[in-house]
Amino acid sequence: MKFTRRETLAVSGAALVATVLPLKLLASTPDLISGITGGAEASGDGINLTAPEIAENGNTVPISVDAPGAVAITVLAAGNPTPGVAKFNFGSGSGAQSCSTRIRLAGTQDVIAVAEMADGSFSAAHQTVKVTIGGCGG
Amino acid sequence: MAKGVKPRVKVPKTAAAGETITIKTLISHKMETGRRKDGDGNVIPRSIINRFTCAFNGNSIVDVNMEPAISVNPYFQFEATVPEAGEFTFTWYDDDGSVYEKKKSIKIA
Amino acid sequence: MKITSLLPLAFSIAAVASVVTAGEDSTLSVEGEVFVTKIAAPAHLENVDEIFSGWTYRRDETQALQMDDFENPSFVFIDQALDQFETVEGSAGKACSSCHESAEAFSGLRASMPRVNSAGELETIPELINNCRTERMGAEKWKWSGGQMSAMLGLIGLQSRGMALNVAIDGPAASFWEKGKELYYQRVGQLDMACSSCHEDNYGNMIRADHLSQGQINGFPTYRLKNAKLNTIHGRFKGCMKNIRATPFKEGSDEFKALELYVASRANGLSVETPSVRN
Repeated sequence: MKFTRRETLAVSGAALVATVLPLKLLASTPDLISGITGGAEASGDGINLTAPEIAENGNTVPISVDAPGAVAITVLAAGNPTPGVAKFNFGSGSGAQSCSTRIRLAGTQDVIAVAEMADGSFSAAHQTVKVTIGGCGG
Repeated sequence: MAKGVKPRVKVPKTAAAGETITIKTLISHKMETGRRKDGDGNVIPRSIINRFTCAFNGNSIVDVNMEPAISVNPYFQFEATVPEAGEFTFTWYDDDGSVYEKKKSIKIA
Repeated sequence: MKITSLLPLAFSIAAVASVVTAGEDSTLSVEGEVFVTKIAAPAHLENVDEIFSGWTYRRDETQALQMDDFENPSFVFIDQALDQFETVEGSAGKACSSCHESAEAFSGLRASMPRVNSAGELETIPELINNCRTERMGAEKWKWSGGQMSAMLGLIGLQSRGMALNVAIDGPAASFWEKGKELYYQRVGQLDMACSSCHEDNYGNMIRADHLSQGQINGFPTYRLKNAKLNTIHGRFKGCMKNIRATPFKEGSDEFKALELYVASRANGLSVETPSVRN
């Protein structure tokens, strides 16, 4: 199959852009977790993150987080224009260190939850949520 | 004050002393992210509820820092322990300085 | 890309994807009341045997949002409408509640609208509301799909929630119904599609990542996750026509009113779900 010079340039240019773009746009999950823990290790136990595998609509994605004994839980969205979503600070009157809410996701990405425990340790969980473009664009 | 902002809360009317109850809250708010552009191409400035708190008889239950990634009409569901009869105070803080508040009493069964 | 090549592409994608039936058999119940979300198609429907509510086509999380009146985000707008119902507006110094004791007075209304009035005109609920506002309250009329109208439509529709949709298609309604049916099957727009192209020929298939429904309107006005607000029937008709690159009819036009009657009749037997939650 013969390619014109123009086609070859276009193809390799697109390939270059394709490799560069994802690296720049998506902050990595481990880096985001470290950003909260200050570099400390986060245990995989002690925190539950519930999010749908496929979001019906990226505008309203129900999620919930649960970390018994946590002082605070931070939720991040790795692929959003800015990763911060919310930080739940639990007071002495909270019956359980859990919260459900609805969030906006700009596209398929990792949703991350980092819990800070009373003893200063951290737990983290993350899950990929697929966000789709539906129908006729309407 | 942002237009049409209305809080809703769901709290049981009674609880046993020491019981943990589920509370649900919603507030109607556009949560303008600051990323949209208007018809002329100008950025529509950010205007969101940036903080939500719930306290019972003065004790903090939960204090949430909120970013634009929280959906329109912010919704939260959480658990609270009810040691005695009293009043829940729910407060939402708007970027524009407005503060919306709702109170709900609960009796001990 | 040539416009003519889009259509076969869209349907080849739809054909390759298997018919998705998740959710078809789940039960919709709200506050203990069970809703009819699937039933034998009304006699006038020639090409469809069974009709399904739009609820059955949505993912589990979206379905769950409709099953609790607090989880259902529509109720923020219902609350606004309840306040509006008591608000005095207009030169006559009246609120809705001055004449209509409470919204419950409208129980059953939404299940039989649109309908033909004694003057032989096809009337819809927005017109009833605006007539009251302009003629009896001396107030300004509301935009057909604006926030105040859609909230009030939600409140009125809620009073018929759970009742079977039952719009008349015979007698004085027949000519409007025939017009609506003609519009439903008429191809329009750059994409050269009719309502039936998606909602009768391809319901159950995927259009990109969206699960195509039968386009029933038993849940309208509906809270769409996509725009986080209540959406009206004519608003949706307009959006659909824009999606197929057709010039939409105007909201409140004779065409959309006739279409509303016909589309409502396709759901006769399904429960009114207003205010529903869709994507």
